[in-house]
Amino acid sequence: MSEILLEVEKLFCERDDRVLFSDLSFQVQAGELVQIEGPNGSGKTTLLRILSGLSRHFEGEIRWRGVPLADDLPAYARELLYFGHQAGVKSLLTPEENLRWYAALDTSIDLEQIDQALNAVGLKGFEDVPCHMLSAGQNRRVSLARLYLSQARLWILDEPFTAIDKQGVAAKENVLLAHAQRGGIVILTTHHELNLTQHVRRIHLDEHSGTS
Amino acid sequence: MNNKATNACHLPELKSGEISFQPGRIFWATLVRELNLALRRRSDLINPLVFFLMVATLFPLGVSPEPSVLSTLAPGVVWVAALLATLLSLDSLFRSDFDDGSLEQMLLSPQPLFVVVLGKVLAHWLLTGLPLTLMAPLLAVMLFLPAEGMWGLMLSLLLGTPTLSLIGAIGAALTVGLRKGGVLLSLLVLPLYIPVLIFGTAAVEAAVTGLPLGGFLALLGALLAAGLALSPLAIAAGLRISVSG
Repeated sequence: MSEILLEVEKLFCERDDRVLFSDLSFQVQAGELVQIEGPNGSGKTTLLRILSGLSRHFEGEIRWRGVPLADDLPAYARELLYFGHQAGVKSLLTPEENLRWYAALDTSIDLEQIDQALNAVGLKGFEDVPCHMLSAGQNRRVSLARLYLSQARLWILDEPFTAIDKQGVAAKENVLLAHAQRGGIVILTTHHELNLTQHVRRIHLDEHSGTS
Repeated sequence: MNNKATNACHLPELKSGEISFQPGRIFWATLVRELNLALRRRSDLINPLVFFLMVATLFPLGVSPEPSVLSTLAPGVVWVAALLATLLSLDSLFRSDFDDGSLEQMLLSPQPLFVVVLGKVLAHWLLTGLPLTLMAPLLAVMLFLPAEGMWGLMLSLLLGTPTLSLIGAIGAALTVGLRKGGVLLSLLVLPLYIPVLIFGTAAVEAAVTGLPLGGFLALLGALLAAGLALSPLAIAAGLRISVSG
């Protein structure tokens, strides 16, 4: 399990004349959990958006399985699950409709497992309630249900535990661990204290930031 | 802890290799989703239609209630009103997807983005362009458009309004990242609407005077075909730029 999947080389990103990080290099192997750390405004979200391929305001190179990202985005997208600041949940649709939409976007999702996934995130009984009637935490859970469905190898999670209760966080930590054990990669940011300390590799952004 | 974790959740096997592209499925899913959303947010549906009606009502009040004057104005008035009503509805095309993060997920999907975009634009046309076309005869009667012009009006709108949706979506995609993109959207899109307006009203006037309108309809059809082929790519590129910023 020491196959290097993701390589980041000399990443440099500048925002509004402020250098967020420079000369940031790291490699991620299959089965690793990586936590990006840093104070607010240190560029954690920016880094995750760059890694996911959403943002192209950077210099340096990112390679997935040895191929630069820009060369084959569709192939990369097939193996990527991105969980952003906004959960990507339509408030007028029900949790089930939301997940069915994700199943259409990512055809590897098995429609029959949607029920199970909603059950796993504690939304049983809320399948047919429009999401705007649910709480903030429940809305995040709708999106987190994708973790139970996805067959993507690389998970990029930006603050996945915001508004999630303690039990929920513990359950999701187990999912992250299980994902790592099946050879997946998790890259996440969170301000929660993770119980996974011994499994997590930390990358601190402050150490890589230049002076402006 | 490790044992507990593996017992606690059953994740599907990681996929290996290729997955199939299913453009038909994603297109259909997008269409159904958009129509569903619109049905649950009915006010957005009716607003452009009311606007269409009100703009057309202003002309008899402001210009002249004389049938002879109005009947010469009618083709242009109906077309301009339809164009403005479409413009009004464009800002919300990608706005809510941008705000709630759905747009990011569309961009990161392995499915081709232009198919998703095409589904969204078709839904937009079904909910604005098509009702506007169906409502146009009512306004035409109100503005004393001669009965011979009615078919020309309907056909030209039927061919022209999808083009308006397609071109407008490019502007909507480019301005979705801006907090107040509405005005900029109009400035970007209105000049591009001019050819459609010219051929559309020309078709109606030809129908009124009894000239053949096939040529104008063919031009509108050509604009639509070009729009269908090219604008999804431009919309997709615009969305990538907006989200990247």
